[in-house]
Amino acid sequence: MFEKTGIPSREMVTDKFPSTDRINKGPVAVVECYREIPCNPCQTACRFNAINVGEDINNIPVLNADKCTGCAVCLSKCPGLAIMVVDGSKSETSVRIKIPYEFLPLPEEGDVVKGLDREGKYIADVKVLNVSNPGSFDRTPVVTIEADRKYLYVLRNIKVEA
Amino acid sequence: MKEAELVIIGGGPAGLCAAVSAAKSGARVCIVERNKALGGQLVKQTHMFFGSEKQYASTRGIDITGILLGELDKYKENIEILTETTVVGMYEDGAITVLHREDNYYKIKPKAVVVATGAFEKALAFPNNDLPGIYGAGAVQTLMNVHGVKPGNRVLMVGAGNIGLIVSYQLLQAGVEVAAILDAAPKIGGYLVHASKIRRMGVPILTSHTVKEAIGENYLEKAVVCQVDEKFQPVEGTEKEFDVDVMCISVGLTPLNELLAMRGCQMKYVPQLSGFVPLRNENYETTIENIFAAGDTTGVEEASSAMVEGYLAGLCAAAKIGCRPDNFGERKNDYVKQLNDLRSGPVGRHILAGIEQIVI
Repeated sequence: MFEKTGIPSREMVTDKFPSTDRINKGPVAVVECYREIPCNPCQTACRFNAINVGEDINNIPVLNADKCTGCAVCLSKCPGLAIMVVDGSKSETSVRIKIPYEFLPLPEEGDVVKGLDREGKYIADVKVLNVSNPGSFDRTPVVTIEADRKYLYVLRNIKVEA
Repeated sequence: MKEAELVIIGGGPAGLCAAVSAAKSGARVCIVERNKALGGQLVKQTHMFFGSEKQYASTRGIDITGILLGELDKYKENIEILTETTVVGMYEDGAITVLHREDNYYKIKPKAVVVATGAFEKALAFPNNDLPGIYGAGAVQTLMNVHGVKPGNRVLMVGAGNIGLIVSYQLLQAGVEVAAILDAAPKIGGYLVHASKIRRMGVPILTSHTVKEAIGENYLEKAVVCQVDEKFQPVEGTEKEFDVDVMCISVGLTPLNELLAMRGCQMKYVPQLSGFVPLRNENYETTIENIFAAGDTTGVEEASSAMVEGYLAGLCAAAKIGCRPDNFGERKNDYVKQLNDLRSGPVGRHILAGIEQIVI
């Protein structure tokens, strides 16, 4: 179905997530690259060698969750905007999620925006904790949201009302 | 008659890279470009490119032009740039005829030519497909990303290849609603990371669907679409209507190479390369000596491979006319390896099956 809709199945998504233990230790990337394409900037961007594509640039990137610091540099470098960062270390009931967001208006810290799933469906209101848009991110801002932990595997986008 | 050493026809990604590569080898290069500015399609590609570092992966297409022009500038004493100049003919005596603007028509006699004329968009036949509001994807990108003009308010995108997916995303970024993306194929043709990016913005992708007709008095008001079966035949009773003022047709490209055909280069129809393409050797030289080709004109692919083909063809064309650098072998191997890397995945294997049919 993924090839017809562009929506990955629940198993495809959860397979890409690091363990709950790892997520609870601190921020870590989730690399949602499901199909082989000739592309490796995620590997090049990572200073910690936490993402490995290998010699053949068509390989699907593999994350080493122990090396990943959740710095989010790869989020802005992935041409497919396929990477996010999740962090379950700050609270037992909520998670922090960083997503690339290339739309205007950008949300502001403290805003409450609509959290969407991988189909673009509204899931829940989420709080914006941070918007990071340094020059090095090259016009791919990274937005940090806080959401109920039950939406960890579901939230993937936001909608900001103008 | 103007004399020139190496003429490069087309200042897009392949042509610019061919120019950089040939000038780096010491050849005197003359780029002939029909538009006012160099860059070709790069100037409207606001998204980040795929590939690896050597093909400027993760850099936006709009910024790659600047990078390549910066490279060209290093060899500026060896480079002449003719803009607003269209090559209109290539002849047996080696002369090419060009038209500068509307009225200045003259001949150039080069030692060698690299044809990097790119590709053009395919059309789709359906009733009323000439209504205002029905655009090719390239035109929508030009309006939006070059001139800052919204093409309309609500768009139906026809084609879920990379261009259809990317332009849909860019429309959303410009604040235009995308009602849906259609594709007659049973699967999404473009990279699925692009598809997922659009899908999570709430845009449905309808595979096995085509346009039945466009409706509107003076401009597009409605699009009627329907499902198609596995033989691409419309399935009755599956019609759906979309109230849209723009339909964006993105059903693929086909190589633009009439000049090569006119010159007498042997051409072959290769479906995997999206149309008629010239037979060529591993140096991208066609069946006519000293006529080289690179980029989409030799088969439709991504801009990343067009750039590397340009580097390779520019290197080989320069060598052919006496500018062979000491590190020729090293540079050639590097470009060949880059092309192999880009083509070693599932999409690339399809391209390679096409290339096998044209390399002599």
